[in-house]
Amino acid sequence: MVWTKKDLLGLEDLSKEEIELLLTTAESFKEVSTREIKKVPALRGKTVVNLFYEPSTRTRVSFEIAAKRLSADVINIMAETSSVKKGETLIDTGTNIQALKTDIIVVRHNCSGAAAMLARHLDISVVNAGDGWHEHPTQALLDILTLKERLGRIKGLNVVIVGDIAHSRVARSNIWGLTKLGAQVTLCAPSMLIPPAIEKLGVRVIDDLGTALKCADAVNVLRMQFERDEKSAFPSRMEYFRNFGITKERLSKAKKDIVVMHPGPLNRGVEISSDIADGGNSVILEQVTNGIAARMAVLFLIAQARDISAGKTNEFKEQENIN
Amino acid sequence: MSLKSRKILIKNGHVVDPSNNINDLRDVLIENSRIAGVAKNISADNCQLLEASGKIVMPGIVDMHVHLREPGREDKETVTTGTQAALKGGVTSLLAMPNTQPAIDCPENVRLLKDIIRQTASVNVLIAAAITKERLGRELTDMLKLRKEGVVALTDDGSSVDNAGLFLQALKNAKKNRLLLISHCEDKALSAGGVVNLGVVSTVMGLKGISRESEYKRVARDISLARKVNTPIHIAHVSCRESVEIIAKAKKQGVKVTAETAPHYFSLSEEEVYGYHTDMKINPPLRSQEDLEAITEALAAGIIDAIASDHAPHTENEKDIEFEYAEFGTTGLETELAASISRLIQTEILDWPGLVRKISLNPAKILGIDKGTISTGKDADIIVVDPEVEWLVSKENFVSRSANSAFVGKKLRGLVEYTIFAGQIAYKRQ
Repeated sequence: MVWTKKDLLGLEDLSKEEIELLLTTAESFKEVSTREIKKVPALRGKTVVNLFYEPSTRTRVSFEIAAKRLSADVINIMAETSSVKKGETLIDTGTNIQALKTDIIVVRHNCSGAAAMLARHLDISVVNAGDGWHEHPTQALLDILTLKERLGRIKGLNVVIVGDIAHSRVARSNIWGLTKLGAQVTLCAPSMLIPPAIEKLGVRVIDDLGTALKCADAVNVLRMQFERDEKSAFPSRMEYFRNFGITKERLSKAKKDIVVMHPGPLNRGVEISSDIADGGNSVILEQVTNGIAARMAVLFLIAQARDISAGKTNEFKEQENIN
Repeated sequence: MSLKSRKILIKNGHVVDPSNNINDLRDVLIENSRIAGVAKNISADNCQLLEASGKIVMPGIVDMHVHLREPGREDKETVTTGTQAALKGGVTSLLAMPNTQPAIDCPENVRLLKDIIRQTASVNVLIAAAITKERLGRELTDMLKLRKEGVVALTDDGSSVDNAGLFLQALKNAKKNRLLLISHCEDKALSAGGVVNLGVVSTVMGLKGISRESEYKRVARDISLARKVNTPIHIAHVSCRESVEIIAKAKKQGVKVTAETAPHYFSLSEEEVYGYHTDMKINPPLRSQEDLEAITEALAAGIIDAIASDHAPHTENEKDIEFEYAEFGTTGLETELAASISRLIQTEILDWPGLVRKISLNPAKILGIDKGTISTGKDADIIVVDPEVEWLVSKENFVSRSANSAFVGKKLRGLVEYTIFAGQIAYKRQ
């Protein structure tokens, strides 16, 4: 299996084999972060631009560390969404970044499809770091990597995703990744947070958390964002915590070794209680650590594919290396 | 052939004229601006001869839903470019929508538009005025004055009149002034923020959906109010199954309701939007395959009376951006006939007389204009169509100022060879 894609826009576009390649590559990169000198030269001379239209600390920092451990040069651009309509367009920003002879743009944007649009217009590679409600593929990769590490496999696992599925790119990427690898995915949320026809993606919807957790091997707890504009459609915090919060009492009826995941940042006491977040079932900090390896794998495979496709057409580069 | 000749003879074409029950080989003689005769084997001297064997000869298209954008958004389209595009598409009469800048909501603005039309239009442009001032849904326009300026219909197209009491009064005023009300059916309380049909596609793409309820609940409201007033109402751009059912039921009960759909609603489904293709971002949105089938069946069953393009030109800058920010709409003047042939004739959903009814005769009747027919003595608005030629729709080949067509990249069948407008060959295929 060789990675050939220019971009990583979502897990929907990937085959099972491509996802497995990303995971095994990530596993091999984990060791780099344990070395005394946490660096390999794989992306030396490459420039990675983090173009973020939404505030994000953990994803941006994780990508930055991943790129630096691969020896790439990293530029961070925090762009303002409010200027999108009046100021420079996303495509213009992208083509300017490309004109600076960079190699990979890591983009986070509030609009679904923004990464895809950028990728269509650019020759340099685009990695989706979250686009609207659409996909957040590296988050799902690190979730799956963590799960695989804990439980030894993905195929046949029962994974429950709890929370605001409708507005969650994390949920969508996890659904694609997990189902392609043969896991059974169950969604659990208040009905207004379940998007229509989601069953067509090969998942189950169970509205009672107790039932959903009964035979779950893992539960991925989504961050609840009560600040969204359709406030009225949301349950109250108290009501949500009572019905969908992951607590010790809830988990006492689940499998003893159920794996608890959360993409962060945590809303303690809203979607998850502190004793669970900090307890033995939680892999939340392992997820953060695995984010580096997962993103290193993505950047590495994409950069490698770029070199291979450039090498086919660019003979003088070989010449240069010999001299 | 004398240059002074004002006669055109279309020979050996297959004439499709449902108004006279003709669907057969005929010759058509045009003299000055009118049809001088339709018969087998006409011979005439001093006339320009158009050989039309193997071609369809039909009345020019009457497109009752066109956004010409002038005045105000000449960067998207003008009366000049829009009516040139119309000629290429075989459209000889069209109804211009009033959502211009300024909106066509008072006699002064109608006169402004009439002047532009007089100076620059290449086809017969009819004017629809707004139902409410500035299309804000607050205050009704002066329908008597608008009618006296020659307006033929009223619509706030782009918006619905949310206030039911105001819409009821609009229906009463329209009845008094014998004007047709055209309703853009959309409850924005249900559709606000939506950019694509609500369903599996909106779910997968992570986009806010536009429910079918937002359309059909307003169809139901507007029809019930029109029924109460007993005045005609026309439902614009029908896109979903439930709307069709409501219209069918109302027609059975004798309500004076007519309806149109656009070629994209019977040709393209919501799945076309995958990949975030903004040319597929249209309002109402492309719906499910099931809706598409329902629209097609409704055309065959006569529940939907007319095909209109909802030609909605936008600049590249307004379309080639993030999906959520892109404008709604597709152009249609240059593709509506070919899309209809490809999707309705080829599949035998409609026969040729059926299609000519939907695209020429019925819209003329709904608008109350003497068009859509090839009768002796009537205006010579006629098109000659090659029904077999296959072509690839491409951004480069549009006459319209804008190229935001949902059909780009699609293969369609059928092209206009000649468009004769008011007795003149106004367009000839290159």
